Amino acid sequence: MTMAITKKKLVLIGNGMAGVRAIEHLLKLSPGSYDITIFGAEPHPNYNRIMLSSVLAGGADMQEIVINDWDWYKENNITLHTGHRVTKINTERKKVTSHLGIEAAYDAIIIATGSNPFMLPLPGADKEGVIAFRDIHDCEVMIDASKKYKKAVVIGGGLLGLEAARGLLHLGMEVTVVHINRYLMERQLDEAASRMLQRELELQGMKFLLQKSTTSIKGKRRATGLAFTDGTEVDGDLVVMAVGIRPNVELARGAGIDVNRGIVVDDFMQTSVSGIYAVGECAEHRGIGYGLVAPLYEQGAVLAKHLAGVETAGYTGSVTSTKLKVSGVDVFSAGRFEESPGTRALKIQDELAGTYKKIVIQDGKLIGAVLFGDTSDGAELFASIKKGESVAGREKEILLGISSDLLGQSSGGNRLEAMGEDEIICGCNGVSKGTIAEAIMTKGCNTAQAIKSCTKASASCGGCKPLVEGLLTLYAGDSLGEQVKEGICGCTSHSRDEIVDGITKMRLMSTKEVMNVLGWRNPEGCTKCRPALNYYLGMLYPEEYVDEKESRITNERYHANIQKDGTYSVVPRIYGGVTSPADLKKIAEVAEKFEVPMVKFTGGQRIDLLGVKKENLPKIWAELDMPSGHAYGKTLRTVKTCVGNTFCRFGTQDSIGMGIRMEKAFERLNTPAKVKLAVSGCPRNCAESTIKDLGVIAIDGGWELHVGGNGGIKVKATELLTIVKTEDEVMEWSSAYLQLYREHAQWNERTAQWIERVGLDYVKKALEKREDRLALMARIEKTLSLTTDPWKQIVETAELRKNFEHLTGEQSMQI
Amino acid sequence: MTTKLLVANLSDIDVKGSRTMRVKGTDIAVFRLTDGSVLAVENKCPHKGGVLSEGMVCGTSVHCPLHDWRIDLRSGRVHEPDEGCVNTYETEIDRESGSIYITI
Repeated sequence: MTMAITKKKLVLIGNGMAGVRAIEHLLKLSPGSYDITIFGAEPHPNYNRIMLSSVLAGGADMQEIVINDWDWYKENNITLHTGHRVTKINTERKKVTSHLGIEAAYDAIIIATGSNPFMLPLPGADKEGVIAFRDIHDCEVMIDASKKYKKAVVIGGGLLGLEAARGLLHLGMEVTVVHINRYLMERQLDEAASRMLQRELELQGMKFLLQKSTTSIKGKRRATGLAFTDGTEVDGDLVVMAVGIRPNVELARGAGIDVNRGIVVDDFMQTSVSGIYAVGECAEHRGIGYGLVAPLYEQGAVLAKHLAGVETAGYTGSVTSTKLKVSGVDVFSAGRFEESPGTRALKIQDELAGTYKKIVIQDGKLIGAVLFGDTSDGAELFASIKKGESVAGREKEILLGISSDLLGQSSGGNRLEAMGEDEIICGCNGVSKGTIAEAIMTKGCNTAQAIKSCTKASASCGGCKPLVEGLLTLYAGDSLGEQVKEGICGCTSHSRDEIVDGITKMRLMSTKEVMNVLGWRNPEGCTKCRPALNYYLGMLYPEEYVDEKESRITNERYHANIQKDGTYSVVPRIYGGVTSPADLKKIAEVAEKFEVPMVKFTGGQRIDLLGVKKENLPKIWAELDMPSGHAYGKTLRTVKTCVGNTFCRFGTQDSIGMGIRMEKAFERLNTPAKVKLAVSGCPRNCAESTIKDLGVIAIDGGWELHVGGNGGIKVKATELLTIVKTEDEVMEWSSAYLQLYREHAQWNERTAQWIERVGLDYVKKALEKREDRLALMARIEKTLSLTTDPWKQIVETAELRKNFEHLTGEQSMQI
Repeated sequence: MTTKLLVANLSDIDVKGSRTMRVKGTDIAVFRLTDGSVLAVENKCPHKGGVLSEGMVCGTSVHCPLHDWRIDLRSGRVHEPDEGCVNTYETEIDRESGSIYITI
């Protein structure tokens, strides 16, 4: 007779993210120790509720958001009852019963019934077309409604409401969001960030009615709109209530379990009744009910260890941060971010870039933060808040993010190093630092992609990707794979390097060929990949490749800068910023003749004729008879110079002569992104060489070459590449440097970003040997020798000129 | 009352290119796609009024040159995640002569 090992019976009530997560943990820790039965009220396997809005938006289908498919339950010998709502727990006879009469005996129960949407008890709330936004069924109702009706109203301007509204917009409905507060998402954002979000959402077409309290839902059988306390009304054939959630505690209460707002649990998720546990949104721990996924996973981990008999510290609650993408906008908040007495706040708001950052300090410690637009500092801020460390004296640094800029990876690395092994990196999938470290060190994962498929880290919202990449740098050492692979745009999953590699190996000769051979998802690509491919092909095959004008961005196709009203601007080449009375007269005459609305000096020491109609462009170019200044392209823009020793009493070299020589050598050069040069005649640096892609500064008896600067959105000073003696050497180094950039940078990547990515040492090493420099120089000279002035070409070629002219309807017939 | 206009010949428009015209106070962009079809839409992006004729043509869509909104040239509808719509006009090509007609 075989000995029957009686396994303990575990029943999970609620087939959602929190409960199933705990089961997954338990199966790993102690496989086969329990007979597991799961009841789920919905007719689906466990799915990612966070992704529901993506289903609505059409970005994902039901299959994609399933976390554990049917097979998973089978493989783990789990008895699954979907479509069964458990209605009774009999604690005396130790069994549960579903509403369809199925019974299951238990030794232990996990209640993970989650929450129900809170439905406002408004008159008319029972009408057709009034729904919540909580499960797949709600999504189906919304999709159906969008086919028959036009207008939707969402009550609730919190996260859930905005996601529902976003989904409905996608479905083609007109959406109005009604919110009772003065501003949206007040639980996650302060007013400034909220207003920025609102503006963004309004641009996307969402409408808002703030400080409105609903009194009733209008309509006969079906809802037709809302009436508010102030007497106003709004129309809507679909009313979505998203005002909040309420822990689903009825079952527990019926079983005599202590219930407050949620089911009361201790630090091991045990309820007041022995053998019955609760996790997730239905549970209340130390007075707090959590609604975000990370704390629920932390609870599940503790419970799983407890059930497996593994020693564990109890759950002590979570400090939460919110990192979200609301309709394509990144927002982050953590801790106590509202200013209150005794706190001081530092803020930085950039309405042009659409970013906002606020940190709140109390007693020298960071206690809260809000980020909008750019949330890359979120993890670091959150770590500091959790640690409760003193930040006295570093407040401004934290606000401006200087430390992370200056120290780059190392500060992030230190923080990651100090992090405990079981700290959760990926909140969505509950992946700890230890798990990722193990995957890197023992399973050979050497890219973020590999870690993702191996551990699920960063597989859901992707917010933790920077941390995963940080860990990769920390643990992978020499085995670190290529830069994280990510497609250059939505049309492909290939990286820049893979594409360039493919083009070279297979000798692909047109954008169409590249897309066909490398399996593009969209047959004609998009505005990101087509210009990029056109650039790479031209860079690799300067002689054979025929430039595709239709794959160039507008400005480069019309050889002028398109302005917001559809007119263009014309900037002729003025080498080194040095002009002549004759040229000035000519420009003045042309401007008068064509009634150019504005003539302006540019920041690059040239003259801009603004507001030119497209059809006048070739005529103006013809009359100017000056080369294009290429003020519109990914190419050499200007070479700014100071007066130098020609006139200046401080000048040590002929900076004007040097600048003109460089501009004449490199004009018309196609580059990954625009390139700006400057030459200063002495270290006073009046030409501002230290914020250019390549800046030359004359010193007594030589020239300093500075690289990788940028004066744009993010100011970055150059780094010194080398010091040389002669003008010829300046040309040699500049040519080699620019060609290296052309051959290795990604399309649309400025030199500053490129050098930040590859490191100055890489550039220095590549240019160290004279033979390498000369080889690069030969290649750039070959490319340059094949360029022609585009303005002249268009003026002289009718076939090209036609695109600047309007069509005329020649003949009409009325029908 | 609608009017049918002979506006151009196929050879007047580059493949993946466009030409513009103004009829009854409306600016119209006429596109020629890779598949050989010719489509006409109102030359004004519903977002900020960008000139669509100057945008890049990818498949059956044009990307507005101002903020990269993508407009389907067949239906006139803006692609997700943005929203909106432009007027479209019926086109006809006489394959023998290459004449392009537009009904306004």
